[in-house]
Amino acid sequence: MKKFLAQSYIWLLLIILYAPILIIAIFSFTEAKVLGNWTGFSTRLYENLFSGGVQNSLLTAIQNTLSIAIIASLVSTLLGSVAAIGIHNLKGRTRRAITFLNDVPMLNPDIITGISLFLLFVALGVTQGYVTVVLAHISFCTPYVVLSVMPKLKQMDQNTYEAALDLGATPFQALRKVIIPQIRPGMISGMILAFTLSIDDFAVTLFTKGNQGLETLSTYIYADARKGGLTPELRPLMTIIFLVVLVLLLVINLRTHKSQNKK
Amino acid sequence: MNKRSTWAYPYLVFLLIFVALPLVLVFWYAFQDASGQFTLDNFVRFASETETINTFVYSIEIAIITTLLCLLLGYPAAYILSNTALNPSAVTVVLFILPMWINMLVRTLATVALFDFLTLPLGEGALIFGMVYNFLPFMIYPIYNTLRKMDNSYKRAAQDLGANPLQVFTKVTLPLSMPGISSGVMMVFMPTISTFAVAELLTMNKVKLFGTTIQENINNGMWNYGAALALIMLVIIGLTSVLSDRDAEKEEGGLL
Amino acid sequence: MKKNDTIIKIDSVSKAFDGVTVLDEVSLDIKRGEFVTLLGPSGCGKTTLLRLIAGFALPDSGSIYMEGEDITHVPPYQRPLNTVFQRYALFPHLDVYDNVAFGLRLQKMPKDEIDKKVRKVLKMVSMTGYEDRDVESLSGGQQQRVAIARAIVNQPKVLLLDEPLAALDLKMRKDMQIELKEMHQKLGITFIYVTHDQEEALTLSDTIVVVNEGRIQQIGTPADIYNEPQNPFVADFIGESNILNATMIEDGKVNFIGHDFECVDKGFGNDVPVDVVVRPEDIYIMNNLDAAQFTGKVKSCVFKGVHYEMFVDTADGYEVMVQDYNAFEPGSEVGLIIKPQDIQVMKKPFTSNIFEGTMLAEDKVEIFGGEFACKPQEGIAVGDKVEVEVAFNKVDLVDNAEDGVLEGFVSFILYKGNHYHLTVTVDNGAYIYVDTQDIWDKSDWVGVNIAPKDIQIRSLSASAAEVKTQGKDE
Repeated sequence: MKKFLAQSYIWLLLIILYAPILIIAIFSFTEAKVLGNWTGFSTRLYENLFSGGVQNSLLTAIQNTLSIAIIASLVSTLLGSVAAIGIHNLKGRTRRAITFLNDVPMLNPDIITGISLFLLFVALGVTQGYVTVVLAHISFCTPYVVLSVMPKLKQMDQNTYEAALDLGATPFQALRKVIIPQIRPGMISGMILAFTLSIDDFAVTLFTKGNQGLETLSTYIYADARKGGLTPELRPLMTIIFLVVLVLLLVINLRTHKSQNKK
Repeated sequence: MNKRSTWAYPYLVFLLIFVALPLVLVFWYAFQDASGQFTLDNFVRFASETETINTFVYSIEIAIITTLLCLLLGYPAAYILSNTALNPSAVTVVLFILPMWINMLVRTLATVALFDFLTLPLGEGALIFGMVYNFLPFMIYPIYNTLRKMDNSYKRAAQDLGANPLQVFTKVTLPLSMPGISSGVMMVFMPTISTFAVAELLTMNKVKLFGTTIQENINNGMWNYGAALALIMLVIIGLTSVLSDRDAEKEEGGLL
Repeated sequence: MKKNDTIIKIDSVSKAFDGVTVLDEVSLDIKRGEFVTLLGPSGCGKTTLLRLIAGFALPDSGSIYMEGEDITHVPPYQRPLNTVFQRYALFPHLDVYDNVAFGLRLQKMPKDEIDKKVRKVLKMVSMTGYEDRDVESLSGGQQQRVAIARAIVNQPKVLLLDEPLAALDLKMRKDMQIELKEMHQKLGITFIYVTHDQEEALTLSDTIVVVNEGRIQQIGTPADIYNEPQNPFVADFIGESNILNATMIEDGKVNFIGHDFECVDKGFGNDVPVDVVVRPEDIYIMNNLDAAQFTGKVKSCVFKGVHYEMFVDTADGYEVMVQDYNAFEPGSEVGLIIKPQDIQVMKKPFTSNIFEGTMLAEDKVEIFGGEFACKPQEGIAVGDKVEVEVAFNKVDLVDNAEDGVLEGFVSFILYKGNHYHLTVTVDNGAYIYVDTQDIWDKSDWVGVNIAPKDIQIRSLSASAAEVKTQGKDE
């Protein structure tokens, strides 16, 4: 009985949590312009989305979102992994300073990160656009990469590096053949995380995208929603985003689960 | 091996330019007027603009209400999720975590869609619902984590010493889950007080929150005033994080 | 090449970490083909010495030579030696075969040759058939075998082994000891083996190097080390022993536990304080009291599997440990005999504490940063360096460290039959020796006090002040 009540509570909360998303998903399969009207099952919105039956600006926004996410996640994975190896070998004050600064973007609210970066680009006289958005995304993605790589470095048997040198590997060979293979799971999790965060971002992008007409998906949706009434094609798009995020998260969760089991 | 430590330096430089310097600039701009002279006018203006002050107070109210509601709804959920007798499957846990990773705008628009679908009016009610809906997982997850890591032997020891179930909860479980609560409070309060866009969409522009005020000022080229308002928000957030312990940041490290 | 030439020469090597000296002017020659064990308690510097030989750390001073060539600054990957690590350090992302082939592949050896060598060496460590296994799925003993295979497949001239068996259970450890010994004979290369397990060292080694507090205490064959320890540390560390204060009366005659004994040691001088070591199995115990050299009453008797271990209180108030195949009931009167060749006489390193101090006032002296009150001194100016002498038994230790003038921890304990001889390491790494009846535990944090009347102060002439003394030799 106790368990039944508990489970009912949990599932009630889950239903409420998922209801909005479900409604969007359901109404992505009908053609009605206004959400809430059911005009019969149709995959027309999906077809429009993929056949280019939507405004060019939406397609460009999707392209921008993806290319920014790819660049940002690749660069922050590289930067973050190298940094993590460095931090792992650091001691004392420098290490504390770096870990503190690394925590700041994760603790700061998006709006503060966005405004502060906006002020940076203004102060440096940089024209804001694609490049500034990418830089901003790298700055808030890299800390998460560092955070996913660090535990792998800690778990790693420190002697394996020395063992590689002992067996005749140069420091560079030891890095390539021994360290990187051991931290690779952390790098991949970090990259997926960075990719998700970048796609997901709205506030920081809004402040750093400048006024040259650059739009990513979230700023596009925002502008669209402010104009009143969503473009119907956004419904299938949001459904797809939800599914992609779902899959990515399952991958990450399974990975961490697997590595935990291995231990 | 020690030379490897130099590998951290490029990132340190990056952090100094893209994290430390921008925050310094927020201070810098906040204490300047448009011509670059040092001034306290931005803060004086904030204190004298009743509309801004009202928005500010209202935002804090909304943030507190949202945080309390999330705590009230979230704690029992976290408690149930962490208890294997009540919740044997781990799937529900993942289901609660998932929404954290979906774009807040998308979630907000989905809430708008839900209210439209149910033909409920948008306004303050929708705002609070939307906020709770957006941030509830952020409350549940850290509390769930602390409760799950809690050593069950404490509870057994309390029972053994004669505590009834209510006493076990109030005297053992609740105090021991305080770190989770404080980090949950941080993770809900901080984004709630700093949101923008969400409120406009949920209230058809009827209600404005402090985040929106800041955004409008920045958008309209009032950088100095905007920076001053951002600094005020930063101070509020700083105070909350000091009040609610520093455990918060540790918990946030393991979002997944 | 001669068989007995020196392959590795360590020449007065020192190393400190964060100001703490780990190795202090260590010199050591290792002969080609030897099985050498560096033996000592944890933190004695043995692992650091091994890491210096392997090239993972650089000495602060001194040099290391291999076959006459200075390799002090040669990076580890260019040294013709290989290491078996304490926790194996196998590469978790590679299988058994790839772990073993790692070094050969770096040498760009042809594939079929690598294959031949890897299979041969895996056969040697009895791991044939495990080639494709994930190293993390192996047991500790199997991982150990792979680690050894990975090291010896490169045909190093010297194999370094850092406590390779420490993580294995007792049974497995015994088996691996025998295999290692056989492997050493078969390969004919030099093994340098680090361990804290004296039994392991005695079983395996050709030569044992006993290390403590960054210094070599004794080098010798297992039999030498066991039978003729050169100082109380070695005697105490290797095997069970009675270590007792004694006086060398003349050549061949030594007095301890209140009796004169004949011994075989000579050359210590007459009436000189010394330490003697008597192994418990070398004390003959019997019911016959008349034929005994000394008598005592059995205090306790414990069966140890092969023999009985008994503590006997002698009539003169000392306690000795005796091992015998026969049990003697507690409470029974026994007679005891020690034969001359079973008494090992050792030079006493110090007979009293000698510190270097500075006069702070007429009746105040500073030692190791602590201010001690002393008897008023005449003729010594304030600020002068002085030599301070304190007898071992005049140093008071107090539980509450803050109540002591100096604070430190008990770093070494020796039971001397009727009292304990403690080494207390104070803040700056200096040692204070204490004789006491009280029971302290190793690493107890204690306060050190000395009564004013027990502090003997001697003025140091300018030249003598240069001499760094920590304890008086003899």
